[in-house]
Amino acid sequence: MNWQALANPTRFKRLSDRLLPWFAGGAALCLVVGLYLGLVASPPDYQQGDSVRIMYVHVPAAWMAMFVYANLAIAAAASLVWRHPLADVAGRAMAPIGAAFTFLCLATGSLWGKPMWGTWWVWDARLTSVLILLFVYIAYMALNSAFDDDTRGARSSAILALVGAINLPIIKFSVDWWNTLHQPASVSRLDGPSIHASMLTPLLLMAVGFTLLFLALALVRMRAGLIERRLAALSYSRSAEAGVASFR
Amino acid sequence: MNAAFALLRRDLSLALRNVGETLTVLAFFVIAATLFPFGIGPEPQILARVATGIVWVVALLASLLPLERLFQAEADEGGLDQLLLAPAPLEALALAKCAALWIGSAVPLIAVSPIVAAMLQLPSEAFGTLLASLLLGTPSLALLGGIGAALAVGARKGSALLALIVLPLAIPVLIFAVAAVEAQIAGLSVRPHLFLLAGFAVFWLTVAPFAMAAALRQAAS
Repeated sequence: MNWQALANPTRFKRLSDRLLPWFAGGAALCLVVGLYLGLVASPPDYQQGDSVRIMYVHVPAAWMAMFVYANLAIAAAASLVWRHPLADVAGRAMAPIGAAFTFLCLATGSLWGKPMWGTWWVWDARLTSVLILLFVYIAYMALNSAFDDDTRGARSSAILALVGAINLPIIKFSVDWWNTLHQPASVSRLDGPSIHASMLTPLLLMAVGFTLLFLALALVRMRAGLIERRLAALSYSRSAEAGVASFR
Repeated sequence: MNAAFALLRRDLSLALRNVGETLTVLAFFVIAATLFPFGIGPEPQILARVATGIVWVVALLASLLPLERLFQAEADEGGLDQLLLAPAPLEALALAKCAALWIGSAVPLIAVSPIVAAMLQLPSEAFGTLLASLLLGTPSLALLGGIGAALAVGARKGSALLALIVLPLAIPVLIFAVAAVEAQIAGLSVRPHLFLLAGFAVFWLTVAPFAMAAALRQAAS
């Protein structure tokens, strides 16, 4: 299949019509079952008790924060290489979802940190890296919406997304280094190397559910973005016609 | 290449004629650093502990100030189209603008930094390392700032946007610059940190010209 054919807005709409119910339904199913297994059916941790259940939201949210950024970078590359409007729409659609997952990860991490570490926030390497990732998302969204011309915003923020993509590993490495210099080794690693199946199943279900939720939300937002562009083009040509008419 | 050097010369003579702008950046640097003793207290031990961080964070903020005009002035006056038409790669021209930015605003700032560091009670043996970290770290800031400035040409909320773009990406430079000075104070080897700072400078030197040129091309189209 020629995947570039998908870039045609009409075909994209037809395909998304067919996919959207599956993504949305799958997300609902996975999240309901995953939350039930995670919050009710799975055993409490022998050390952390019931607060370990935050993990079933926190860890998949952290995965999604990075996964969505990877998708954002791919859309940015497509936008700069093929200059296709659909890639611009995709970038604009995905960024707030990624930022929301990143914020969810930080918020649940903070809620988890209070009972476990006795504080809402520690300058742990991972927390700090995720916080910086949130800043990069915010910069992307601010740049995307900073221009009167939508295409300029999309192209500018696409360059930023790519610069960010090659820098995030450097930032991660730097923060890890900084953390080993400054942070006393008092913060215990919460994730053991092994995890029992009764906990792994809901965790993976939540991850699949979040991924499907992201796909569904991204599709809805992309369709809204396409309609918005069409509306802007229509009202532009309308007003142009009106302008011509008033000259006659 | 001649065009790039001509641009560098022009920007430097412009900077010389508008010394006020450079002085404003320096004044910001000194005044902002002066606020910290009021904020955290004048005890020499506390100040000495945080002096490196203050100098570097304030230098980072001060380096944001000249960015808004870097490419925006060219765009406003039609110079951007001339840059695109010039008989030299846009990448080289953007690099020349960054070089002029660094010489015009970062070098004076580095020259003033020992005074600020002395006021903040930085141990005297750490001065050399602080200067080295600034010399190796500020080129990265200028190049990174150049990317931000090129991306934000024509944007509505210029200066706040620039801070949002540039500051998160500048964190690695800040980390290793401060680590170098703290290693010096602790009697450890400063070379790995300084090498990493030099590595960041080379990294941005390779990435920034292309990012700036791409941003400027789509800004002009």
